[in-house]
Amino acid sequence: MPQTTIDIAATLAYMADELRPLLARNPIMIGVHTGGVWVAGRLHSILGLTEPLGTLDISFYRDDFTRVGVNPQVKISNLPVNLEDRHVILVDDVLHTGRTIRAALNEIFDYGRPASVTLAVLICRDGRELPIEAQLIGHTLKLKARQHIKLTGPEPLQLNVQETGG
Amino acid sequence: MNLVIQGGRLIDPAHGVDAVRDVYIDDHGFVVGIGQAPDGFGSHSIIDARGKIVCPGLVDLRARLREPGLEYKATIESEARAAVAAGITTLCCPPDTYPVIDTPAMAQMIQQRAWRFGLAFVHPLGALTQGLEGKLLTDMATLDEAGCVGMSNALIPVTDTLVMRRAMEYAASFGLTVFLHAEDPWLRNGGCAHEGEVSTRLGLPGIPEATETVAVARDLALIEQTGVRAHFCQLSSGRALAMVAEAQKRGLPVSVDVTAHHLHLTEHDIGYFNTQCHVLPPLRASRDRDSLRQALQNGVIGAMCSDHQPHEPDAKLAPFAQSEPGISGLETLLPLALKLVDEGILTLNAAIALLSHKPAEILGIDAGQLGIGATADVCIFDPDAWWTLTESHFVSRGHNSPFLGWEFRGRVTHTLVGGEVVFELGATT
Amino acid sequence: MIQQDVQFDSARRLRHLLTIEGIPRQTLLDILNTAESFMSVGEREIKKLPLLRGKTVVNLFFESSTRTRTTFEIAAKRLSADVININTGVSSTSKGETLLDTVRNLEAMHTDLFVVRHSESGAAHLIAQHVPAHVHIINAGDGRHAHPTQALLDMFTIRRYKGAFENLRVAIVGDILHSRVARSQIHALTTLGVPEVRVIAPQTLLPTAVERLGVKPYSDIHAGLDGVDVIIMLRLQRERMSGALIPSEQEYFTLYGLTREKLAYAKPDAIVMHPGPMNRGLEIDSAVADGPQSVILPQVTNGIAVRMAIMALIMGGQPAADTRRTE
Repeated sequence: MPQTTIDIAATLAYMADELRPLLARNPIMIGVHTGGVWVAGRLHSILGLTEPLGTLDISFYRDDFTRVGVNPQVKISNLPVNLEDRHVILVDDVLHTGRTIRAALNEIFDYGRPASVTLAVLICRDGRELPIEAQLIGHTLKLKARQHIKLTGPEPLQLNVQETGG
Repeated sequence: MNLVIQGGRLIDPAHGVDAVRDVYIDDHGFVVGIGQAPDGFGSHSIIDARGKIVCPGLVDLRARLREPGLEYKATIESEARAAVAAGITTLCCPPDTYPVIDTPAMAQMIQQRAWRFGLAFVHPLGALTQGLEGKLLTDMATLDEAGCVGMSNALIPVTDTLVMRRAMEYAASFGLTVFLHAEDPWLRNGGCAHEGEVSTRLGLPGIPEATETVAVARDLALIEQTGVRAHFCQLSSGRALAMVAEAQKRGLPVSVDVTAHHLHLTEHDIGYFNTQCHVLPPLRASRDRDSLRQALQNGVIGAMCSDHQPHEPDAKLAPFAQSEPGISGLETLLPLALKLVDEGILTLNAAIALLSHKPAEILGIDAGQLGIGATADVCIFDPDAWWTLTESHFVSRGHNSPFLGWEFRGRVTHTLVGGEVVFELGATT
Repeated sequence: MIQQDVQFDSARRLRHLLTIEGIPRQTLLDILNTAESFMSVGEREIKKLPLLRGKTVVNLFFESSTRTRTTFEIAAKRLSADVININTGVSSTSKGETLLDTVRNLEAMHTDLFVVRHSESGAAHLIAQHVPAHVHIINAGDGRHAHPTQALLDMFTIRRYKGAFENLRVAIVGDILHSRVARSQIHALTTLGVPEVRVIAPQTLLPTAVERLGVKPYSDIHAGLDGVDVIIMLRLQRERMSGALIPSEQEYFTLYGLTREKLAYAKPDAIVMHPGPMNRGLEIDSAVADGPQSVILPQVTNGIAVRMAIMALIMGGQPAADTRRTE
């Protein structure tokens, strides 16, 4: 699996710098399982946030449930019970079709009505199927149809490009 | 027109015949020659029976025709037609029609209706008690005169032992045979499956073996007391058969039959609540089936029957305990008997005997044999023809059978009643 | 002829839940694991997940039961399904409509899932054999045969309090003969690897050949509870006295009613369960039902999460070999 040449540590440092101004609003950071939690974890510690990191498993909000069913290995979402009026920084590893973020937004809103949601992604690639964009992007990539970019981790964090057969 | 059945292997256990013999039938419908034509036989038509087995038309000791009273399930005509398509030329029907066969008029009506169709003969059993209610005796002598071949209380136990004793004594006075269904109603307790491993797993109310053995014990004591000739219908447990065998050894005039399905199926065939396996008495354990087979082999059992009970589809499309028991069995009677031969349980001769002269003897009728002078009721079958039972094969109105999908070897090609061909495989009616 | 197990479709996915029997251990564990995830939903502000949005669930109860029906209703609604309750005790079947006709009429109204309770064993199987491919059936209790969702929530409860199944001794006390709950629990316990399952009752309340189910029968409750980790008490129906099955409530309570004194024969940290509703003073003493070892109320809460998991697993599709889409 060919590894990319992206310098993840540098990217994370850049993203943290861009997020720092938002800290004045006392945001809550939420990572989307699994890669988004790893990225959010790094950002959380770089920024020195004190409030625990929230984690989201969007399995129960996927729009392809009737095709792929329930994964019994689903991890439990862990959010403060009330997101009412909070500013949320939502973090994921890769923004591709946009369906994960739509599901994440649906789930967040079932926990309460946030004041705002800012989406930060490590990698933004082409192939959007929904009108969803990130406010903060680490790297933008254009890939071929059969290529997928995958973050492995948690230690070390590595970005690899896979070719799916057919 | 005279008729010759040519080239077939004639198996007539009543006369100890098992050889390739031509059968000569005159135009009155009687057998007039075996092996060679009688003098002056003259012109005749021929049925080519080469490669086939020719045997007496089968005698089915118990078949329900549903008429009168339950014509939505089947009729005398439809079931008599199914019988001859299966090589069966004589049927005995129990008295539990609606109305019950407890008057000579009913007995005559059924026989006359069957006679009109010219298909299988029907001999009714008369009710042992009025309305089958187990309280008052019926006019047994008159019913006998009207053609009933025995007395029976069908599936309704006569619980009052005094009434049962009197009924047996009364029947004995006229030399009538009493046909008994052995069931203790309190132990039966609304059960619908053999009380054992399967009923426990499936949560079905069970019918313990004792339901049958308690009743057999009671009835054997009364048979001994009264000296009546008695026949136990469709025994299902090894224990009950052992009791009857012991009574036979002691010289009691007791005979017994088993159904074709009890010789092949067990409680395990219920599977996931297959209502086609809901029968009374229930399919019991494997060891009971083995005991039944042994009793066949050592002569305790006098006949195999179909216990034919055709049903409309809805009767079986209900949860198991609410479904109606019974199998549409005419068309699998001979095939299941032949399967026992294939499995080495019986010889072909013994199997045919159990379906011909032996049940005829139990019924006290002249049938099930092909000696000179006998009525030409004949079954001709191809012993090597393989076929699979599907719904479209059923001639009977009832398609309720757990044997759907089974492969059988042996298929009836011709059936004659009184010398007339009433069924021919492949001919359009 | 070997019948197909209609619970599974041709790809061996669980299509209906009719009985625990025949379900592989891993599938049972999948249900328990999925139920874990659903437990937290009840604590959120919005107690809903969108999994069954747009689906219609019909509770078809031919035998009335408020508590079971209510938990199924809550479970389905938490998954955002539309729920309809039908109590046919007094409706169509008493007018002579057959069971299958009732089901077909409801199907014609585009039902996706039927939760069925019926007084006859095999009713759920019969229905499952006659519904089209996209319709699912959950058996909420059929006669004496099975009550698989109850058994699963009981297993879920046991695992929460006791961890692994492989080290446990479990006793089921009461009217095993008539109990669909007991039969399903026995299958679940043996499939999940519980090494010793005991049934405790007078012989009149034990089914014939019960050992063939993989259990050890006892008529003496003291011997039966010796060293037991989990005690499951079954409800005794008062009608059993008129069926000549037990002589009196007093004798039954003396011999089999769970009191603190009898409870002491089990392990000191044994848990006490009951599928409900309880007959206090008959099969169980109030002191025990309300005591520190009782987990009867948590069973009820667990029931919702477990039923949500069952519905989600049955109604959802099956992941292909490579599911995790990168997005």
